[in-house]
Amino acid sequence: MINYDVVVIGGGPAGMGAAISAKENGANVLIIERDDKLGGILNQCIHNGFGLHYFHVELTGPEYADRFIQRVQELQIDVMTQTFVINITADRMLTAVSATEGIVEISAKAIVLAMGCRERTAGAIQLGGDRPAGVWTAGLAQKLCNIDGYLVGKNVVVLGSGDIGLIMARRMTYEGANVIMVCEVMPYSSGLKRNIVQCLNDYNIPLYFKTTIAEIVGKDRVEGVVIAQVDDRMQIISSTRKYVECDCVLLSVGLIPENDLVNGLGIKMSPVTTGAEVDDYRHTSVEGIFSCGNVLHVHDLVDNVSAEAFIAGASATKYAKGELPHGQSYRVIPQNGVRYALPQRIIAGEGKVKVYYRVDNIYKAPRVVVKCNGEELYSRRYMIMAPGEMESVELDKEKIVGDVVIELEVQQ
Amino acid sequence: MNITCINCPMGCQMVVDKIDGVVTVKGNTCPRGRTYGIQEYTLPKRMVTSLVRVNDGRVLSVKTSDSIPKDKIIHCLNSLKDVIVAPPIHIGDCIVANICNLGVDLVATKNIL
Ligand SMILES: Cc1cc2nc3c(=O)[nH]c(=O)nc-3n(C[C@H](O)[C@H](O)[C@H](O)COP(=O)(O)OP(=O)(O)OC[C@H]3O[C@@H](n4cnc5c(N)ncnc54)[C@H](O)[C@@H]3O)c2cc1C
Ligand code: SF4
Repeated sequence: MINYDVVVIGGGPAGMGAAISAKENGANVLIIERDDKLGGILNQCIHNGFGLHYFHVELTGPEYADRFIQRVQELQIDVMTQTFVINITADRMLTAVSATEGIVEISAKAIVLAMGCRERTAGAIQLGGDRPAGVWTAGLAQKLCNIDGYLVGKNVVVLGSGDIGLIMARRMTYEGANVIMVCEVMPYSSGLKRNIVQCLNDYNIPLYFKTTIAEIVGKDRVEGVVIAQVDDRMQIISSTRKYVECDCVLLSVGLIPENDLVNGLGIKMSPVTTGAEVDDYRHTSVEGIFSCGNVLHVHDLVDNVSAEAFIAGASATKYAKGELPHGQSYRVIPQNGVRYALPQRIIAGEGKVKVYYRVDNIYKAPRVVVKCNGEELYSRRYMIMAPGEMESVELDKEKIVGDVVIELEVQQ
Repeated sequence: MNITCINCPMGCQMVVDKIDGVVTVKGNTCPRGRTYGIQEYTLPKRMVTSLVRVNDGRVLSVKTSDSIPKDKIIHCLNSLKDVIVAPPIHIGDCIVANICNLGVDLVATKNIL
């Protein structure tokens, strides 16, 4: 049996950030990572656009990861790679399988969940038609290309216009493939404008809205797809079906926090984020278990992941030392156009608390209002808000004396 | 020329033209759009990130040390096809100096030991 103050599960930016702040606050810390190195998803994101907020320079994913890996090494934080956590108990016993040591049992005073998320697959979105080779999730295609050096197709149709799909459309073009089109079932893209312009428009790749893949065609290998438009109820309009020849389909249809490990623990989960519900210390409803990064809610900016991880790591150390504040807590309630807000609970106290939130649609000129017991704590008018951009608001904890409501006021 | 501003989710559709030697921007909602429109009209530039081969079959991720003119991207990428590097390589190492005479270097973004 090995004992640690804080055990962090996952060695991506969230796990490394949490481990660094836990160690800096005086805990002895272990990171467990199933891959053979630290860095998580950043290792395959070789495009630039990381770290503008945190490091004030624009880095590629591996460069951002490397800065954290160096800090982990400087602080001499224990790391077990090629080790998969397979079970956690509510009294914080972990079972892991290590490639070198077999089954390991570890006891932790506090645990930080930082397992990231996984991609939705063809099965998850009930994609119709044949099941030939050549249908890939965009992130897996990205790993095969950027880490292993394989190009998964030559004539590509991308389904979904999230950032991963857009980035991969450009990458495949760079590596010599012909990206025929990107289909998006919604009337708008959840990807950044910058990615639509610099990944698609720059290379004349068309983006079709309210369009989906109705059917995949191919016996052994993808031979083509049937695309079709959808109506306002997301039903396929048969008369618009059209066959497009291709040898590869990339799916960029959403990410799901990878929380299977904690399913049996009784952690209260949010039906909206599908991650845990947490308070402002990133403490879940199960004592001593904290959560941060993409396993908590899907982030588009790694800088926000790091900020959240620092909170979770510092809080885990406090918990391990018996110093974590507890007591009266208030709920944060999203409504009227705000899809979710995080943390879901705020512990009464002093200082500042930052609440992150996303809206549920595209709104022009909305006013964001935060109220507590009917009193307005904050309001701001935005020119535009979109579901793809996470926003945040900083509040004074002293003014939080009841449940907090965060909502939009939209002009008709 | 039609240009979409990328500086915020509004994504203003702008029309940029040169009239009597002066670049004019229409359709922007705020000054950031104007600056961007003029830049995109006169000399659009991009950072380029890509891959080169390592002599043992692995791949190395690389980037341009600064942004390069957009119309030189494909030329720049084509020139990478024959580049083969040998480890050890560290983040920031220069892989191709003054690539395609563009005045920027191609540098490694990954450690390969
Ligand atoms: C394709 C793509 C493009 C992106 N582009 C940008 C961008 O341009 N700019 C930007 O700022 N952000 C970008 N992001 C977002 C940002 O990179 C992510 O939000 C961030 O990396 C998530 O970090 P994480 O640590 O939560 O998850 P991850 O990086 O996924 O790390 C989770 C780690 O946990 C490990 N793990 C999971 N389960 C277990 C287990 N049971 N036992 C042991 N280990 C486990 C995994 O192996 C993994 O290493 C992008 C994301 C993607 C996917
Ligand atoms: S012009 Fe201003 S408002 Fe319009 S997209 Fe650009 S930054 Fe946004």
